[in-house]
Amino acid sequence: MSRKDRMSGNEAVAFAIRQVNPDVMPAFPITPSTEIPQMVSTYIANGEMDTEFIPVESEHSSMSAAIGSEAAGARSMTATSSCGLAFMWEELLVAASNRLPVVLTLVNRTLSGPININCDHSDGMGARDTGWIQIYAENNQEAYDNYIQAFPIAEDKRVHLPVMVCQDGFITSHAVENILVEEDEDVKEFVGEYHPEEFLLNPGKPVSVGPYAVSAYSMEAKYNQELAMEASKEVIAEVAQKFRDKFGRGFTFFEEYRTEDADYIMLIMGSAAGTAKEAVDELRDAGVKAGVLKLRVFRPFPEDEIAKALRGCKAVAIMDRCESYNGNGGPLSSEVCAALYRNEVFIKTVSYVYGLAGRDFTVDSAKKVFSQLEEAAKGVKIKQHTYVGLRTKS
Amino acid sequence: MRTDISNINEQSPCEDLTEGLMIFAQGTSKDFKTGEWRTSTPVFDKDKCKQCLLCAPVCPDGCIPVTDGRRDDFDMDHCKGCGICEKACPFGAITMREGV
Repeated sequence: MSRKDRMSGNEAVAFAIRQVNPDVMPAFPITPSTEIPQMVSTYIANGEMDTEFIPVESEHSSMSAAIGSEAAGARSMTATSSCGLAFMWEELLVAASNRLPVVLTLVNRTLSGPININCDHSDGMGARDTGWIQIYAENNQEAYDNYIQAFPIAEDKRVHLPVMVCQDGFITSHAVENILVEEDEDVKEFVGEYHPEEFLLNPGKPVSVGPYAVSAYSMEAKYNQELAMEASKEVIAEVAQKFRDKFGRGFTFFEEYRTEDADYIMLIMGSAAGTAKEAVDELRDAGVKAGVLKLRVFRPFPEDEIAKALRGCKAVAIMDRCESYNGNGGPLSSEVCAALYRNEVFIKTVSYVYGLAGRDFTVDSAKKVFSQLEEAAKGVKIKQHTYVGLRTKS
Repeated sequence: MRTDISNINEQSPCEDLTEGLMIFAQGTSKDFKTGEWRTSTPVFDKDKCKQCLLCAPVCPDGCIPVTDGRRDDFDMDHCKGCGICEKACPFGAITMREGV
């Protein structure tokens, strides 16, 4: 039975970690994810869980320790934000290429500079090509639900890849909202016990992990890793379905909000999707056919599904909470446009950058974007890569 | 998933490689004759050697075989010619010479 509670996003994830009770959690504090290892440490000190918590000296070490313990055969996880994720960079790729199902709960925060502790997706997006599955949450409920689903996805034989479970720093991690939490035994049953087939501490069955590979092997190994990422789509869908059947909520790759007859769709990830839905409700009341496509799974990128979901609308706003500094828009914008083109869906697209370093994204901001989409659909040329709410003289 | 990796070679298709290139065996480095990387070579003088065994533990590649408390000549299949053993020997029983 679900139980109603009120929690911040960090509390919700820490609560889920207690329920899953992973074997090993190395972690290093960094705002805004610090509370997660802090709360887990409290649970351990109170005897409510028996995870081996390793207080390491850096994020480089926390991911290294997670890789080592996962390879040894222990279910391992860590938490971080922003520069902490950047400091793990090398190990992120090692975890994925060694096919280790580590779980990382990322509380999204901007990367320096300017140095700033607030939310945007530049940390997660920076790690988008490290071979990790990435799942983004709109609110504390989804952060909780996604964390529970991460292990069955990562540990599935068809996948064996690490999973990053992302929530927006402060907006989700620190705001207290209502939430439905599940019974400990139901969560444990859903996640299951971890029995890896091959692991280092396996007497009589020696294994070497992460050997040097000459050019004659490396390209094939990378291709196999890419195939596992593609195969994870099927597993993500199965786990989402199983979660829906058991707990009655959730989405597969994205949520479609009032899109069935929509002319104008905003494609967005994370907490700002809630703001966009509010704007859609107001616009619908005024007779504008608006909708929201909230992307949940960014890696693997569900390109065909997105193209199919958008093909009936006249114009889409692609919202990046991240700057790519490439003169061609943010990562979501580039990838969604490529997906549409390859699927021969030739609707108008307008890319936006919003909410950098914690800048507010309001219902009015969202409504302004939708009014530009109406113009775009009429054939008016709209400037691409506009910064929402930016102060300029022009 | 446990695969006999001796069946895998540089012509193997990607489907035959192990996940993450895991190796399901131990001590496989012996199979690779890395001694050919060497540019200088230790020469062992049996007569000068007092069997003090200061050399064997400092060899980074374990190329000084010890049996029943006595060292034997070098394992040249794996010696990289680093010369640490020469410096460790108090009796001048090891000298490095240029070349393989």
